[in-house]
Parts: sequence; structure tokens; C-alpha cells
Amino acid sequence: MAALLFIPIAAPLVAAGLAAIFGWRRWTAIVTALSALAILAAGGALAFFTDGEVVVDPHHLLRADALTSTMLLVIGAVATLACLASIGYIDAELADDHTSPQGARLYGVLLPLFLAAMSLSVMAMSIGVMWVGIEATTVVTAFLVGHRRTRAALEATWKYVIICSFGIALAFLGTVLAYFAGTTTGEPGNHSLDIDVLLSGAARLDPRVTSLAAALLLLGYGAKAGLVPFHTWLADAHSQAPAPVSALMSGVLLSVAFYALLRVKSIIDLTLGEGFMRVGLIVMGLLTLAVAALLLVVQTDFKRMLAYSSMENMGIVAIAAAIGTRLAVAALLLHVLAHGVAKALVFVSSGAIQGAHGSTAIANVRAVLSRSPLVGSAFTLGLVVLLGLPPFAMFASEWGVARALTAENFGWLLGAMLVFVAIAFAGLVRAGSSMLLGAPQAGEAPFSAPRAIRATLVLGIGLSIALCFSIGPLTHLLDAAATTLGAGR
Amino acid sequence: MSIETYTGIITFAAGSFLLAAVLIVWRRGLRATISLLAWQGVALGAIPIANGIHQGAWMPIAVGIVVIALRGVLLPLLLARAARGEAHGAREATPLVNTTAALLVTAALTMIAYAATRPLIEHSPSPGTRAAPAAFAALLIAVFVMVSRRRAMSQAIGFLMLDNGIAATAFLITAGVPLIVELGASLDILFAMIVLGVLTDRMRLSFGDTDLNQLRELRD
Repeated sequence: MAALLFIPIAAPLVAAGLAAIFGWRRWTAIVTALSALAILAAGGALAFFTDGEVVVDPHHLLRADALTSTMLLVIGAVATLACLASIGYIDAELADDHTSPQGARLYGVLLPLFLAAMSLSVMAMSIGVMWVGIEATTVVTAFLVGHRRTRAALEATWKYVIICSFGIALAFLGTVLAYFAGTTTGEPGNHSLDIDVLLSGAARLDPRVTSLAAALLLLGYGAKAGLVPFHTWLADAHSQAPAPVSALMSGVLLSVAFYALLRVKSIIDLTLGEGFMRVGLIVMGLLTLAVAALLLVVQTDFKRMLAYSSMENMGIVAIAAAIGTRLAVAALLLHVLAHGVAKALVFVSSGAIQGAHGSTAIANVRAVLSRSPLVGSAFTLGLVVLLGLPPFAMFASEWGVARALTAENFGWLLGAMLVFVAIAFAGLVRAGSSMLLGAPQAGEAPFSAPRAIRATLVLGIGLSIALCFSIGPLTHLLDAAATTLGAGR
Repeated sequence: MSIETYTGIITFAAGSFLLAAVLIVWRRGLRATISLLAWQGVALGAIPIANGIHQGAWMPIAVGIVVIALRGVLLPLLLARAARGEAHGAREATPLVNTTAALLVTAALTMIAYAATRPLIEHSPSPGTRAAPAAFAALLIAVFVMVSRRRAMSQAIGFLMLDNGIAATAFLITAGVPLIVELGASLDILFAMIVLGVLTDRMRLSFGDTDLNQLRELRD
């Protein structure tokens, strides 16, 4: 059982090692995709076996509970899509001479390392090791974001590394202060940062030191999760990165950073009561929603549009986390899963659209549905899911968040949230319809995508549809995950 | 080691640590800044070494030696290598804040640091926590350096100062975080600095300069 814990980290590390030795080969890329599938499978197995229990490895470095399993499922699902799409992306870049064999090798090594760092973050026993994992994602993704080596990509990478490293440094200070607040509780030093130790000793933490730590952790991990005020890197990095990397960053990396916030929140709530983090999360969540919605309406670049849509969804997630009831947290996790898959779908299809047009301007793209039925329908389906329309999973999750807000008498918050969601909805629909609909005119030829990309799109469409029907079976897992966070009601 | 000597060493190390940060604000030349950073790294490493000798434990001493090797020697060398590519005698040509105003801001930040760290001292008064405001002040000064300078190198230096400040706070208020976290964090910082160094090189290749005002293609 405990051996299952090593798979999500070891499998991608093996893939990275093979890519480092043999360079970019078709089979190393397939091994990477298989390692992503292994993460998915391990997440599924752990979800089945943990069922309310905590699994700990013999060395006390890794642990898994229902929340960990849920996050592994999200990482595995999106990573499988992204690794498959990477095959098509790198082959096309090599064919067009946009990258060298060395560049392809670097991509092949960094992509699985990125997956391993995310798995480590969600499985770490200690919130210190969790921090190490999240900072490692910044380091390994830096050259993935800048893989195209254009001036714009360089600018995006610089902003990304500086702002995220700054944010994550604040989170480290918060972690140190949490350790300091806990050192007088009489636990042995080496395990003072373990999640379970902190949870059991939370009531005895020093409240003033803990509130300082809480503020730093909120700002720090908030920066990495794309929350205001340190959100300015997000649209640049997500729009400049290669499409499969954007899919991973938008679809899962933001959620993994938010996972860190959820973990520390469950500890801080026990020390300071629910009010402290709730106020911070509501303020940051609403501001993030507002900024994202307003920038979505005026957007002229479709990859930036998708990036702001991710910010919008992180705003909703932050508000759900602020409420923190079992219903709210279960809805939040479903939202994260559905958003991850849908974002992967739209980013991979946007990569195909960008490849066909050599541009990311919304104005340059027309009639995609009739020119490329597969790319067009994948993009359409992804957008429909992101818009929160029934019967897709994000309708269910947004409905759940709304119900949780009403149940806790946060009607005003629900009202404010719905206004911004409606603005974002209008922006996405307008841009989406101008890109997708219409009849092709002269000079607008049909286009297609490499085979691996087409396979990814078909798989992504299948997953999105499958998610509509799997809400029932998932409910048990999501409820258990919410309970591990101490969401009693 | 008597408690007086220990307190003296800790206070002296924290004091030189803060002084290095203030001098970085004052001196704008890249080469001077990098030697000040090396000095700051050595002062930082002295703290766990003093802790270790005081407690009679070898682990903090080992950590201190690693810290001095990494932050006092290796990272400044890497920075100096990257700085050689800069224009001769490169300075912050058009700083956003002039030196006098910057030093006043530094003084204000130091006072804020003393106010903000009061809960720490009240939580557990010890020679270490009493010196923590100096580390916290250096940390705030680092943030100021990051936002007020426009050269890629200077921002990277600000980031390293920030990280030094956090490490100093950690060593002063606790006996140091668990070893695995400390090692992981140091490794991450090393890699982050290497990434920043490579990016500066690429920036120089494609912009011919490392003035961050050039970075304004992406905006809404």
C-alpha cells in the first residue's frame, strides 16, 4: 500500500532520466505519457484504498488521504492529455526548425520533472517539503514557459520567475513562523512541520505568531495560485508557454498551489478560528474575479483570454474555500477537476489554432468550426464546460458553491460573484463565437492538427463528457476529502 | 561558550547582516553590491554556527558551513560571472528612487520591522528572537531593492537578499527548520538563481541590454 505512494514521484523521474539519456524520441515521449497515466492510476488506487484513512510511507516523508488522491487524479488526468499533446507539439517545432534537438531534449526532461514536483507537493508529509515541491515547479517550468525563446516569451519568463519566487519566498517565511509557533508545543523537532503533528497541536499554537504566518502563507501561495495582488505574471506566462505547458499550468499548477493554501488553512482555522482566513480569501477571491472578468471582456488575444478565465475560476475556488463547509469544499474540488480537463482541452486546441494562423489575435481567427471540425468542436466543448453550462461538471460545481454560499447566509457574496461570472460569460461567448462560427471566406483554408494532438482532443472530449456522468461516484471521494480538511458541516 | 559571548556573537552577526543590506541600498555599483552580498552570506552562516557551538550540536554547524559555502561564496561567484557581461562599471543608471530617499525608506522599514516582530519576541524571548528584527528589516529592505531597481541583475540580487533575510529569520527564531526542508530550500534557491542568470544572458543576447524597462511588450 505504502509503495503506491512512491509511484507518482518515481514514474515521472524515470521518464525524465530516460529523456536525459536518450534525448527526444517517440518512445521516451510515450514513456512520459505513461508516467502521467501512472499518476492517474495511483491516484485512483489511493482513492479506493484510503477511503477516509491516511496512508503514510515508512520513512514519514509522504502521506496520502482523500484530498491527496483527488489532487493526484487531477494531475494525472491533465498530465496525460498534456504529455500526449507534447508529442505533436515538439514534432511540429522540430519540423519547422523552431527548436533544436537540444531544446527538445530539455523539454522532454523538464516536463516529467514538473509532474514529479507537483506530485511531491500534494503528497508531502511536512508543509516544509510541500513548499520545496511548489518552489521546484517554478524552477522547472521557467524554461518550459520560455521554450520558444522569443522576446515576448523571455519577458513572460522573467516576470513569472521573479514574481512567483517572491511570492513563494513569503510562503517560506510563513512556514518558518508556523514552525516557530509550534516549537514550544513540545513535539520533536524533525516532525514539527508534519501536517498531522500541526493539526493535532494546532490549538496550542501561539495565535499572534500564527496570524502573521497565515497572512504570509495566504499572500505567498496566493501569488502562485494567480490570486490578486500578485497575479500579473499569470496571463503573460500562460499565453507565452507552449500549449501543452499552458494546459498543465492553467489546469493543474494553479490548483496545486491552491491545495497548499487549503492544507495550511485547515491548520490555521483550528488556531485562529474560521474568520481570519475567510476574510482574506473572500477579499482576494472577489478582487481576482473582478480583475479577471473585466480583462476578459476587453481581451483581443485568445490565449490571454484563456489565462484570465483560469484566474476567474481561481477566484471562485477561493470564495468556496473561504466558506469552507463540506458542501463548499467538495464543490471546489469538483470545480478544480472539471476546470483542469476543460482547460487542457481548450489550450491544446488553441495551440492547433495558433499553429494554423501563426497568431493568437482573436480578430485573425474565424470559422474554426467549419474549417477544422475536430479542433473547432474541442474548443467549443471546452468553452461550454468553462461557461458552466449544464450538463457538464462545472455546472454542478458552481451550483454547489452557490448552494453553500446560500446555506451560510452569504447572499451578498453570491450576488457579487454572479455579477462577475456573468461578465466573464459574456466576454467568453463573444470571443468564442467570433472565432468559431461563420462560413469560411476566400483565403481561409481548412486546417488540421498533428495526429498526437488530434488524439489528445478526442481523449479530452471523452473525459469531459465522462465527467458529467462520474459526479455521482466521485461524490464519496470529494466528501471524504472535504472532511479531511476539517469541514464538518 | 557563555551566554554573554553567545548573545554578543548573535547580535554582531545580525547587525552586520542588516548593515550589509543598508550598504547595498547606498552603493549602486554591481561589483560592490556583490561583495556586500558575500559578506551578508557569511554573517548569515555565522548564526547557525554560533547556535551549534552554544548548544553543543554538530548539525547546525554543518548547516552554517554549507550556508557560507553557498551564499557567501558560490552564489556571489555566479553573480560576479554574470556581471562581467554587463557594461563596464555598470550601475543602476536611472534608479526610480535617489540615494537619500532610499536611505530614509530603509530607516522607516527598519522601524516597521521592529514593530512587526514584537509578537515573536513576546512568544519566546531569547537572544535569537531579540535579534530577529534585524533580519526582518533586511528582508523588507530586500523587497524595496527588488521594486526600486530596473536592472535584471539588481532584481536577482534583491531576490537573493530577500532569501537571505528569510533564512536569517529562520536561524534566529528557531534552531533552524528541519534539515530536509533546509536542504530542499537551499537547492531550490540555487536553481532559481541559475535560472535567473541564464535568463539575464538570454536577455542580453536578444535586447542588447538588461534594462527591465525593455520588458513592456506584454500588457493589457
